[in-house]
Amino acid sequence: MKIAIPVDGKDLESSVGVAFGRSPYFLIYDTETKEENLVVNSASESTGGAGIKAAQIIVDHKANALLTPRLGGNAAEVLKTAKVDIHKTIAGSVKDNIDAFMAGKLPLLDEIHEGRHGKTDR
Amino acid sequence: MRGVTEKQTANMMIAVLSGKGGAGKTLVSVNLASAAETSTYIDCDVEEPNGHLFFKPEEVQEEKVSVLIPQVDKERCDGCRKCIDFCRFNALAYINKIPILFDEVCHSCGGCILVCPKMALTEKKRVIGKVQKGKSDQVTVYTGILNTGEASGVPIIKRLLSENSPEGNKLTIVDCPPGSSCVVMESIEDADYCLLVAEPTIFGVHNLNMVYELVNLFHKPFGVILNKCLEDDNPAETFCIENSIKILGRIPFDTTLGSLNSDAKIAVRENEQYREMFTSLLNTVRKEVLHKTIINP
Ligand code: SF4
Ligand code: SF4
Repeated sequence: MKIAIPVDGKDLESSVGVAFGRSPYFLIYDTETKEENLVVNSASESTGGAGIKAAQIIVDHKANALLTPRLGGNAAEVLKTAKVDIHKTIAGSVKDNIDAFMAGKLPLLDEIHEGRHGKTDR
Repeated sequence: MRGVTEKQTANMMIAVLSGKGGAGKTLVSVNLASAAETSTYIDCDVEEPNGHLFFKPEEVQEEKVSVLIPQVDKERCDGCRKCIDFCRFNALAYINKIPILFDEVCHSCGGCILVCPKMALTEKKRVIGKVQKGKSDQVTVYTGILNTGEASGVPIIKRLLSENSPEGNKLTIVDCPPGSSCVVMESIEDADYCLLVAEPTIFGVHNLNMVYELVNLFHKPFGVILNKCLEDDNPAETFCIENSIKILGRIPFDTTLGSLNSDAKIAVRENEQYREMFTSLLNTVRKEVLHKTIINP
């Protein structure tokens, strides 16, 4: 299977990106072939709907699971519709997280953050 | 209407703003509207309209406001993804071989419908809120209400302002949303004059500065009303003096006014002293509007 992870740097030792939609890259890791593929997140520059576009990139790369610290509601909806599992990452490098995932230690992410657009400052 | 001639009561639309809620924007709007012989009050704070709580309008008529969003005809769509690539708001995603729309992200630009080579996209209406119109004594009250979770109140504000003053009321008071975002810009666009309501605190100055920059950007004539004034130093007043901003009036901090307001009562209608205060404030504002619009037509 293929797993996707938002990453700040370009290799397995770098840390997991904090914001899914704004993360500069996604690492797509194939658990069978052990191949890693770094994808530029073209959504990171979007003014709106970055989460939707980023989720589209994950879906288009045929990932079966996403490992991320947090996720917005719209992105979660895209991924759920496409049947991509969403797991919550732990502290540590990308590699630590892949290992934890393979060992079945990453729980499903259940708190999804509602995106709020155009809200005024009150 | 002593001292104000016929010419001085020309049609005017006055927008009332503040950088943050709670500064007294609604207090000022509601009381100025009530101090006039006849007027129209428009509540553009569509996320949390509260003017109607004061006016308790009667004979309320309601109209839904909707926007147009695309819907997909699955039979026609061949999956070219042109619509997805086109949408710069990323409101469309392509999943399970079909475009899906995120209603609340869509800005109703209609572009995807134009670019679809298969004519698989058509417009459909989606309700995002409503406008209400009612009467409260001599004031015609308009209220805009945006449904929770909706991205933008702009279409509702557009509708509110397009209905402006069909009754021929000469004075229109626009109670703007707090802050300086695009909904505020939409609310002041047609205004002849902007009234900025400020509190006498350091935070008040910060909030005043936000709306001050906005009205400057829009080249709107404006003046400040200082609310909750005490005997002490007033940082908002200092800010106005330093920036040569015209102060049109001062509303004292007093408990009677405060409790009338928190009981959702209109001070002008309850108490002669406040009627005089807001009537004189309204006259000052009217003269200032005429003065400014003659200098900068
Ligand atoms: S109407 Fe405009 S904003 Fe809405 S989905 Fe189509 S292209 Fe995107
Ligand atoms: S542009 Fe039209 S045909 Fe192409 S994916 Fe979108 S809806 Fe389908």
